[in-house]
Parts: sequence; C-alpha cells; structure tokens
Amino acid sequence: MKNIILILMISFLGFSMNAQEAKKNKNAKYTIEVNGNCEQCQKRIQKVALGVSGVKTATWSIETHQLNLILNEEKTTVLDVKKAIAKVGHDTDAVKATNKDYDNLHSCCKYER
Amino acid sequence: MKNTMLFFVVLLSFPVFAQDTLQTVKIELGRKKLQKSLLKTTNTTVLSSHELLKAACCNLAESFETNPSIDVNFSDALTGTKQIKMLGLTSPYLLIAEENIPSVRGASQAYGLSFTPGTWVESIQITKGAGSVINGYESISGQINTELLKPIKDIPFFLNVYGSTDSRMEINTHLNKKLSDKWATSLFVHGNNRLSKNDMNNDGFLDNPLGNQINILNRWQYTNAEKGWVSFLNFRYMNDEKQTGQVNFNPNTDKLTTSSWGSEINTQRFDFSSKIGYVWPEMPYQSIGFQNAYNSHNQESYFGLIQYNIKQNSFYSNLIFNSIISNTMNKFSTGLNFTSDEYKEFVNTNDYSRKDNSLGAFLEYTYDNTDNFSIILGGRLDYQNRLGFFATPRLHARYNPWEGGVLRFSAGRGKRSANIFAENQQLFGSSRSFNILDTNGKIYGLNPEIAWNYGAGFLQKFKIFTKSADVSVDFYRTDFQNQVVVDLFESAQQVDFYNLKGKSFANSLQFEFNLEIIKHLNLRTSYKFYDNKTDYNSGSFQRPLQAQQRFFANLEFETHIKDKGQQWKFDYTFNWIGKQQLPNTTTNPIQDRLSGFSKSYSLMNAQITRTFSSTFEMYVGGENMGNYKQEKAILGADNPFGTSFDSSIVYAPVFGQMYYAGLRFKIK
Repeated sequence: MKNIILILMISFLGFSMNAQEAKKNKNAKYTIEVNGNCEQCQKRIQKVALGVSGVKTATWSIETHQLNLILNEEKTTVLDVKKAIAKVGHDTDAVKATNKDYDNLHSCCKYER
Repeated sequence: MKNTMLFFVVLLSFPVFAQDTLQTVKIELGRKKLQKSLLKTTNTTVLSSHELLKAACCNLAESFETNPSIDVNFSDALTGTKQIKMLGLTSPYLLIAEENIPSVRGASQAYGLSFTPGTWVESIQITKGAGSVINGYESISGQINTELLKPIKDIPFFLNVYGSTDSRMEINTHLNKKLSDKWATSLFVHGNNRLSKNDMNNDGFLDNPLGNQINILNRWQYTNAEKGWVSFLNFRYMNDEKQTGQVNFNPNTDKLTTSSWGSEINTQRFDFSSKIGYVWPEMPYQSIGFQNAYNSHNQESYFGLIQYNIKQNSFYSNLIFNSIISNTMNKFSTGLNFTSDEYKEFVNTNDYSRKDNSLGAFLEYTYDNTDNFSIILGGRLDYQNRLGFFATPRLHARYNPWEGGVLRFSAGRGKRSANIFAENQQLFGSSRSFNILDTNGKIYGLNPEIAWNYGAGFLQKFKIFTKSADVSVDFYRTDFQNQVVVDLFESAQQVDFYNLKGKSFANSLQFEFNLEIIKHLNLRTSYKFYDNKTDYNSGSFQRPLQAQQRFFANLEFETHIKDKGQQWKFDYTFNWIGKQQLPNTTTNPIQDRLSGFSKSYSLMNAQITRTFSSTFEMYVGGENMGNYKQEKAILGADNPFGTSFDSSIVYAPVFGQMYYAGLRFKIK
C-alpha cells in the first residue's frame, strides 16, 4: 500500500513538472554581443558558454562579436551565460566583468572598455 | 502529375546528406589545394578540385599522382590500369566511396577507379588508418571519399578536351540548369578512346590497351535551407571496352584461339543512388540522413584462353542520425547499414556465383573540448552471411600540445572477404595456374581477412620568416590476423591462394615537409619507408611489387592573377621509387628470369597551364619525361601460350615518355 502511494505521488509530481516544463523552450535561440578580440577569446567564450549546463551550442564570431546560443530554458537562462562569461573577463550588455577578471586576460584579449 | 510523382519518388528515396553537404561547404572555404587540418580528429587530407588539375587528367586513379599519402602503381602491362596503394596495401584494403556510398568494391576492384572522370570531382578526402565506422567494416588501411560537383553550385557549361601522344583522347562536357531556387540538375558526359596501336618496346604487345569509354551521369539536387531539406538523385550509365594483347591480335578471328594472344575487357555499369538529409531548423546540430544505392556491374572478358565474367548487382542502404548529448562538445552519430551483393562469377566454366547480405548498426561518439583535444569512439555490430556476427571497434584521438602542432592516434579493426579473382585479374594475363589451397572457408574455400590497424602521427605548422611551412611524421602498422595470401613465390607457373599461417604485417613510416618558398611557389616533399612482410609457404618475403622506399617532391608555381583572369601555372613532380621485391621467376628458362629485386628508378612529370581568362585555359604536360622504361615488361612475350608467359610483373612504366595537351572552357 505504501508503495502504491509512493508511486502515485512520484508520478503525480512528475506530471506536474512536465506541465511546467512545456512552457519553456528547450531550444531557445539567442544572439548576444560579447566583447573580445581574437581567436583565444573565441575559444574562451565558447568554452565557458558550453560549460553552463543547458547550453547546447555556442559560437562566437571574431568579426561581429556576436555569440549565437541555443539553450534549454528549463535548465538555464541567458543571464546565467552572461554571468559565466563575465567571470572569465568578457563584458556583455547586462553583466560586466570585474576589473580583476578583466586584468587576468591575455594581452591580445584586452578589448577596449 | 508526373512531375509531382517524380518529386515524391525523389523525396522518398534519398535522405542522408545534410551533414555531408555541410562538410563540403567547409572544404570550399579553404583556398589551398591540399588541406591538412589541425583540428580534425582523423588524419585526413582534403584534395580540392584544383589539385586534380595538376596531373595529366583524367580519372580518379590518376588523380593521386601529386599526393604523397597515396602511391600510384601500374597494375599490369596489359590493361594499363593504375592501381593505388595506401600504407603499402592495395585498394581492396581501402574503403573507396563516392559521396559516402562505397563505390569501388567487389567486381569493380580492379578498374573501378578509372570509372570516375576527374572533371566530375569536387573534392577528395583521404583518411589514413582505420577511419570512421559509419560507412562499413571493410576498410583496413584507409578511406577515400570523393565528392562530386553539386548541381546547386555548378556552372552552366564546362568543356574539357584532352589528347596525348599515347593516342588517348578525352572529352568531358558538363551541363547545368537551375530549375528553381530549390531544384538544380547537372548532366555530365564523358568519353575517351584510344584508337591507334603503340608498341614502343617492340615486344609485339600493345603498351596501352585500345579502348573507349562512355560515361554519363545525371544528378538532381533539391535544397530547401529554410526547412532543412537536402536531397540528391543520381542516375549513371557507363560502358567501357578495352582490347589488349599482341599487336596483330584481331578479336574477330583470334578470340580464344592460339593464333595470337589477346584480351578484351568489356564492362557495363548502371548506378542509381539517392540521398535525403534533414536538419532540424530549430536544432541545427541534429540531422537525419537516408541514402540508397543500387548498381549493376557487368564485366565480360577473356585473357588469352581464359574467360572471366563477373556480374554484380548490389544494393546499399544507410540510415544515419546525428545529434548531441547536452551540448556540441558531445556529438554522436548512429544508424543502420544494409548491403546486398549478388555475384555471378565464372572463370572459364567454373561457377563461383554467390549471394552476400549484411546488416549492421553503428554508433560513433565524438568528444571535442573545443580547444585542444578530441576523441572519436566508434563501434559497429554486423551480421554477414559469410563473415558471421562480429564487432568492429575504432578509435581516433587528437591532441594539440601547443600552437600549430597536432598529435594523432588511431586504432581499429577491419574485416572483409577477398574477391580473389576480381582483385587479382592481372594474373590472368600469365600462364600461371590458379590454385586455392584451402577448402573449408566460406569464400572460395578461404576465410575472411581480418586486420588491426594502429597509427600515430605528429604534424607541426610553422612560419619561416613570413612563409608558411609544415612538417609531419606518421607511422602506421597493419597486423593481419587472417589474410588471403596471394603467393607468387612458389613458382612462376602458379599462383596459390591460402589462409595466412604465420605472420603478416605492413609497417609504413612517412615524413613530409611542405614549404611556401616565396609567394605562389610551393614545395611538397615526402619520404616513405615500408616494411610489408608476409609468411608464405616457401618462407617470409616482402610483399611483391612494393617499393620499400619512395621519395616524392612536387613544386608548383603560379603567377599573379591579372584583371581578366590571365595566369600561368607550372607544376613539376619528381618520384624516386626504390627497389621492389619481385615474384619468384627461378622456375623459368634463363631468358625469362628476373632478379629477386627490381632496380630503383625515378620519374618526372611536369605541366604548364595558361589561363587566358576566367573562362578559358589550356595546358600541356609530360609524364615520365626521363623516359624510363621497364626492360622486360612481359616475360615470355615471344611465346604467349608457353609456360613462362607473364604480363603481371610490372614495376615501372612500360610506355616511356608521354606528352599531352588539353583545354578547358567554362560559361559562368
């Protein structure tokens, strides 16, 4: 009897979670501007963006400074990605890197602030 | 109504190419003729169509002459067909595919590469070592994939005419039409012939076969980038006829008689293939592809008194799904392959007809840290009616220890059934008796061939002042667990086929150095060392007709392109080929004996291209300009029905120097 209740509870919980998830886009596309200069920046920005759980693709263009993202909104938000990027020294519109993190960048990556 | 139906058929039949198309686009971005990547996990070199313009022409077999990864040999003194080798192993140990559909296999093994005209080719990817599991389990020492010109990107009209002093003429015509923003079609027509007889070494035999080929390909491409669909449909017909043997041989009166020795090899082929690829528009990292190919290959031939006929009907199907696990650092491909081959094969009246089927599933996982490390783990499980149920594991890894450097490692297993007659057809041009010494196996009484291939390589790109250069070294070893040994050491009157009893391996070591000397002047050099040993019944020998050492150099120079497209291009290739183990000829009378090893020799090719405008260019060139000729190309040529006749021992050019000229005209 206990087991049945447990199963019922779990499945109920599961359902309600699904219902909530359905509202969020699992493949949401975003394009944000990230400050940076070179190939090294590209590697760093892409790597840290992909390191955020829920980010599926991340490509940053050296020419346009645009970062194209596809992410699962159930797991993360663009703000989380921006925060992660700022932590390794790169500014975005919403989140700026601390001076300390900016200073840690390699000389070729020191974009104009 | 009909059109709608056709559209439907196309859509239904063709799916796997979205991914390939994406790859191809990447390739075209590079301007270099030969591209070596620091980021690819596999040891893959990409040849662009510009690279193919550097050699005489003409078909796929000849297109590797300016490439150090592949050795182009001469298969025999009769057919003049060029055989290729990679890591010291002949083409049956390679997976040769056309747009990822295995193409040169089974019955087409001997001449298949000469059935794809060079002008049709957009790019060639050459992968050394085990290679991906996606296209099958047969590859052992490498994979060669050819991408043909894509109708969507092709130009409306292309014409190429070629003629050479060995009296070969070629004509290639391409027509292209864009039917809408989504549909495009191309029609390629190739014809070649050799009508006059040459016997430069006065042995009474033709140096090159008389022949003609007509080859027609019609392809259709559908692309809908917004919705994510790509589809290809190909129809192809080929007819190839060769006549060779003694100069005075007349097929009408002398066929299968002893009045003079001659041979005719006639091949007819029909191919149909389709691909459909779909990329999820909202998930560009996910795609599905489905490809199907049917071909019918019919070779009717005789060599002196031996008749050899082989007909192969094949069907190939491949379903592939590509996606990611959590993010694009973790990618995977998975899918199914189905292959069916129906052979009708006759050697004189002996019937070797058979039916083979195989079904397999594959999974390939790629991890890429987007920086300096990637690994591909691949595996497949197959069932084949003669090979049984078996697994094929393969692994590739890449690490960039520092800027411009890449370290690669690969290992993998391959398994295949040897088509002993089709693959060794050149031996029909001899008085050898064919003996199959085993009887318990399922393929001509023999067991399947199984080999492991391991390799490691290092490539470093760097700058000398401002000029780019690269240096690389790689080592590969192929270890045969079982091999169908082709034994030419027992005597000159027989060839024995049997299962390997001892050891057999092929080691290959290659150094390469490439340098841009000044702007527009490029040098490529390579040195190769092979150690390919097999335990034969009579002892352990190097595999015959394999040079242990080779040196290659290629120099290319281009002038600046002027406003209207005028340009000069110069190309020079030097090959030094070391001594080669020769088959045992000690059982022949003294005048028909060869020493144990051939002498080393060198070859020089050169070409000059003049581009008059972006639409018209002409070229002239020479091959084997040092005029090196094998002394005794055909043993026992004076008595072709005697016991020491052998046209299969060819280790050098038979014809001597050859000059050619051609033109290319485009309407853009």
